[in-house]
Amino acid sequence: MATARTGGLKRYYDVNGWLFIAPSILLIGIFLIYPIFRSLYLSAFTGKGMMLKFGGFANIVRLWNDPVFLHALSNTIIFFVVQVPIMIVLALLLASVLNNDRLKFIGFFRTAIFLPCVASLVAYSVLFKSMFAADGVVNSALMAIGLASGPIGWLTEPFWAKVLVILAITWRWTGYNMIFYLAALQNIDRSIYEAARIDGVPAWARFIYITIPMLKPVILFTTIISTIGTIQLFDEVYNLTEGRGSPANSTLTLSLYIYNVTFRYMPSYGYAATMSYVIVLMVALLSFLQFYAARDRS
Amino acid sequence: MISSRTLSTAGQYLFLSVMAFLSIFPFIWMMISSTNTSVQIMGGKVSLGSAFATNVTNFFTLVDVPLVFWNSAKVAILATVLTIVVSSFAGYGFEMFKSKWRDRIYSLILITLMVPFAALMIPLFMMMGRAGLINTHIAIMLPSIASAFIIFYFRQSTKAFPTELRDAAKVDGLKEWQIFLYIYVPVMRSTYAAAFVIVFMTNWNNYLWPLIVLQSNETKTITLVVSSLASAYYPDFGVVMIGTILATLPTLAIFFAMQRQFVQGMLGSVK
Repeated sequence: MATARTGGLKRYYDVNGWLFIAPSILLIGIFLIYPIFRSLYLSAFTGKGMMLKFGGFANIVRLWNDPVFLHALSNTIIFFVVQVPIMIVLALLLASVLNNDRLKFIGFFRTAIFLPCVASLVAYSVLFKSMFAADGVVNSALMAIGLASGPIGWLTEPFWAKVLVILAITWRWTGYNMIFYLAALQNIDRSIYEAARIDGVPAWARFIYITIPMLKPVILFTTIISTIGTIQLFDEVYNLTEGRGSPANSTLTLSLYIYNVTFRYMPSYGYAATMSYVIVLMVALLSFLQFYAARDRS
Repeated sequence: MISSRTLSTAGQYLFLSVMAFLSIFPFIWMMISSTNTSVQIMGGKVSLGSAFATNVTNFFTLVDVPLVFWNSAKVAILATVLTIVVSSFAGYGFEMFKSKWRDRIYSLILITLMVPFAALMIPLFMMMGRAGLINTHIAIMLPSIASAFIIFYFRQSTKAFPTELRDAAKVDGLKEWQIFLYIYVPVMRSTYAAAFVIVFMTNWNNYLWPLIVLQSNETKTITLVVSSLASAYYPDFGVVMIGTILATLPTLAIFFAMQRQFVQGMLGSVK
């Protein structure tokens, strides 16, 4: 088709093609590309509110010496490093089990496990806050089955607060990732699995040597999307801690700190823009590393 | 003797049952809690109570429910429709017409997928301020309409669209926009359905950007209202639960209504 286009016909096609993509190019240009550069420009300015003056690298120096920023950075890294692998593995396991049509009630299980994705980030954060209260339902249950000797301070102890955030995002997003895997698995030819089964390849080996390699592009895609999501973490920590990242900044994320510096404390746009570029760099670097790790070695 | 096959099936059922229980429990908790008082909720009561009517009454006294619902519905539906129109145009355009520049622009759009919202919100807020759009619903919708993710999704799905249909239509003398409207849209309806579910949920549940832009009670959406009720000094969790139920019902309803098309649409996108 493409080879048949020549002369006037080609121009006709081109105009149509550009018309179809023009609205999105325009919107992305104004509301995405322009702000990215504007942010970079702002990051060279210091001052409060609209009283901005050129500061060169002053904001970067300030970042380096800001313990709260370093705390938010390390929290964000911890959330990402711990949560993303747990979620991806869990989603893969669920998808491969849910791909087995021979199981009864498979429709029910698929729906049930996808259901958390429907919850709004705010609504489930609020639900989790009540479930994980000191005398709340989770602590009572854990004590009843002997997993905890006393109430766990999910919302008051720095370590457990981090665990709570990780549990919350895992609950909300595992089913979302699972859907991508399930969709990809449904497109794999069943006969490959049948042949492996007849050859006596055990289930775990089929999972490691057939499922995972087949799903590699989807795994890469979901890992990058999840990485971006975790690094941008805001709604959950804001609503679990009334916007403070408490206790003792243990759940303060970069996005939450940027929000506070911009809209809650004395507005400091330049400094906040500089911090936002730390997130841009982290996402870019991690995505690059993930591409690199997943590239075909064959 | 139990065969290893039976054992593994039992293991799968156990695994699925535990995961399904953990997935559903917070929803059950939400419904049970809406019938209890704040003290009972924070005390972990897991049986139905008698405070449901009081909670509903208190919620409706504290919150202008029709207004808040109207705000949320307006923003979510308009933004969703516009997103789907613009993104499906782009998905069709990028897949059906090939040129060097278009491929470069497409790569650039995919790269913007990696730009976190935090890097945009300050310039966007300043832009909206200059345009006099702070505290308006237009300001909420504008940045979300061109979604790199949904463009990607539409382009991937378009790969499955039979090009013979387009060629035949062209021979019959249909213009490109007619092909799009009368052939592409009906053929791709499960893709549209899945996109609708995803985009509607994203917009309905959107929080950070509305939190920044919407400042008066007249413009607030349900997520903002639930959040502010829950972060009061002494939140009444009974009332908060009514809010979370109302905030969750529309997305839940849309998901169940479109479940089949949603799964079909997702299947199409990864081919």
